[in-house]
Amino acid sequence: MPKAILLDFTRCIGCQACEKACAEQNDLPGDPPEDRLSWKNFTVVLEAQGQNYRRMCMHCLTPTCVSVCPVGALKKTELGPVVYDPYKCIGCRYCMMACPFQVPTYEWQNPIPVIRKCIMCNERVEAGNEPACTWVCPTGASRFGDRDHLLAIAHRRIAAFPERYVDHIFGESEVGGTSVIMLSGVPFSDLGLRMDLGNRPLSDLTWTVMSKIPNVVITGAILLGGLSWIIQRRMDIERENLDQPTRRDDADRGEGGAL
Amino acid sequence: MTTLAMQLKEWSSGRSLRRRIGWLIVALIIAQGLYWSVRRFFFGLGAVTNLKDHFPWGFWIGFDVMGGVALAAGGFTLCCLVYVFGYHRYHSIVRPTVLTAFLGYILVAVGLMYDLGKYFNILHPVVYWNLHSVMLEVAWCVMLYLAVLFLEFLPVVFEKFRMGKALRTMQKASIPIVLAGVILSTLHQSSLGSLFLIVPEKLHPLWYTPILPVLFFLSAVAVGPAMVIVESCFSARLFRRGLELPILADLSRFLLVAVILYMGVRVQDIYVRGVQGDLFAPGFETFSFWLENLLFIIPIVVLSIPGMRERRPWLPLSAFSVVAGVVWNRLNVCWVGMIRQSGTTYVPRISEVLVSVFLVTVGALAFYLIGKYFPVFPELEAKDNYGASCLKVDPAPQQLRSVSESE
Repeated sequence: MPKAILLDFTRCIGCQACEKACAEQNDLPGDPPEDRLSWKNFTVVLEAQGQNYRRMCMHCLTPTCVSVCPVGALKKTELGPVVYDPYKCIGCRYCMMACPFQVPTYEWQNPIPVIRKCIMCNERVEAGNEPACTWVCPTGASRFGDRDHLLAIAHRRIAAFPERYVDHIFGESEVGGTSVIMLSGVPFSDLGLRMDLGNRPLSDLTWTVMSKIPNVVITGAILLGGLSWIIQRRMDIERENLDQPTRRDDADRGEGGAL
Repeated sequence: MTTLAMQLKEWSSGRSLRRRIGWLIVALIIAQGLYWSVRRFFFGLGAVTNLKDHFPWGFWIGFDVMGGVALAAGGFTLCCLVYVFGYHRYHSIVRPTVLTAFLGYILVAVGLMYDLGKYFNILHPVVYWNLHSVMLEVAWCVMLYLAVLFLEFLPVVFEKFRMGKALRTMQKASIPIVLAGVILSTLHQSSLGSLFLIVPEKLHPLWYTPILPVLFFLSAVAVGPAMVIVESCFSARLFRRGLELPILADLSRFLLVAVILYMGVRVQDIYVRGVQGDLFAPGFETFSFWLENLLFIIPIVVLSIPGMRERRPWLPLSAFSVVAGVVWNRLNVCWVGMIRQSGTTYVPRISEVLVSVFLVTVGALAFYLIGKYFPVFPELEAKDNYGASCLKVDPAPQQLRSVSESE
């Protein structure tokens, strides 16, 4: 059963317990807390229009970062977390470039840097526990559970308190859906989230091209090989038919093979 | 005392002095490049670049990698013309062009080493495959096409060391090698555009289009002959040998057709996507867009006039304009067009630019040394200073023709 995290920002009191638990769990300096995700902060608690909110990796169902990583250093596990293998990583930073939520961060000052981001406490989740941040949340603003179950809760809350919530569950379908879903009392665009991402995974955009590579190779080889064969033959015949080669043809003849 | 004075006089005399100053500048560029290289590899990317979490790709990807690959396109376009379409009259410029492409690709690989965080893992894409990643395609194309360029350049080495048998074997395989090179280049040039298909929400609509790979390929085809012309002028000056102007003037027709084709598709794409409103919208993107495209439009106009197409300085200047236009296009896609939605700003640090200058200088130096000691220009003999200055104005087209006939 795929797991997920439900963030209900209307319940967040801004205690930052999740930040501290995260820093402890992942051995991050975490102090002083920054106002954006960085190699020191896998999650940050911020405030917009009088509402606290939290940013972290969205753990997309079809993650853009996983699709762009050339060596497969990023992986989506069956339980939901998007995890990272620093050994495989070559440091191309395509995941950072491609992420629609600008989540992955980098150790710019490290001579041998790695990608830094929330991995939804993968070890804890695999052991049947919940991530550190949801575990310490005192108000239930961050809640861990089965994705279907959490979505049902989110829909019920919006239906029960339409005046308290924006009528949208961010992450239900954005870029194909995410494993971190959000409820908010203020528009999501004010929380630094884009509302124009569409509901299809971004990786579809590149796959339409990538899947055509074999066709390009086969078609190109036939076309160019055939053209070269026909043209060379025509030139050979022309050469044989000429009684008196002129200067120009001498130049044209060249030495066919030499590179 | 007199000998010292004579030596001093010789040292400071015109040409010799210019050469010495030239070498001094090259030495300085290499020295500072080594300094920044040490900083880069011992203190991390943050020590020499302005890259940041929300702007992870900068000048090195835009110029060294994307610009470098585009400027190596002369290799596959010229080889395709000569070996597939049978234009053997361009044969004399194949070797310097292949050398330029080979060195260009080596520089791309080296530039990539500077940019990759874990550069020592650069060969990981050989072992670990994610078939969904355009970056995997890019990595494989760089490796395979480097191998092809090496094979295409090998005959020069065989000839130098008089290995006749190896040379003849190589020549028999030349058509399949060239075909592989053309197909790999097609994939590679287009894949650099495909890299940006994943960021529809970040790249400005003047550049983001589903046909980015097609535009990257077509502009590479256009910059191929342009780069051949620029490189020929450069090496004519460097080696004080004859400029193959009649051949280049002939090649300029391909250049013209290719640039018109590229611009034709570019303009259609803008109207098909309905973003013509952005063409005149205020903003730095609009300015950068027009700068980029004027660098294509002006050469189209100049090269369309027969009297200008075949004469210096217009031919090399037009070719250089197309080269600059393609480089600026790559920088626009990678840098200018990405700024607005990144939520931050990025201007390359001077050390980023200096490292690129260093790499280009090392490449030019390698070209000079290989051109000096290997038979790269076997079919051309030095023609007393004819090519000494590409930008000098030609006397008249009639005289030009007589030069071409006398060859």
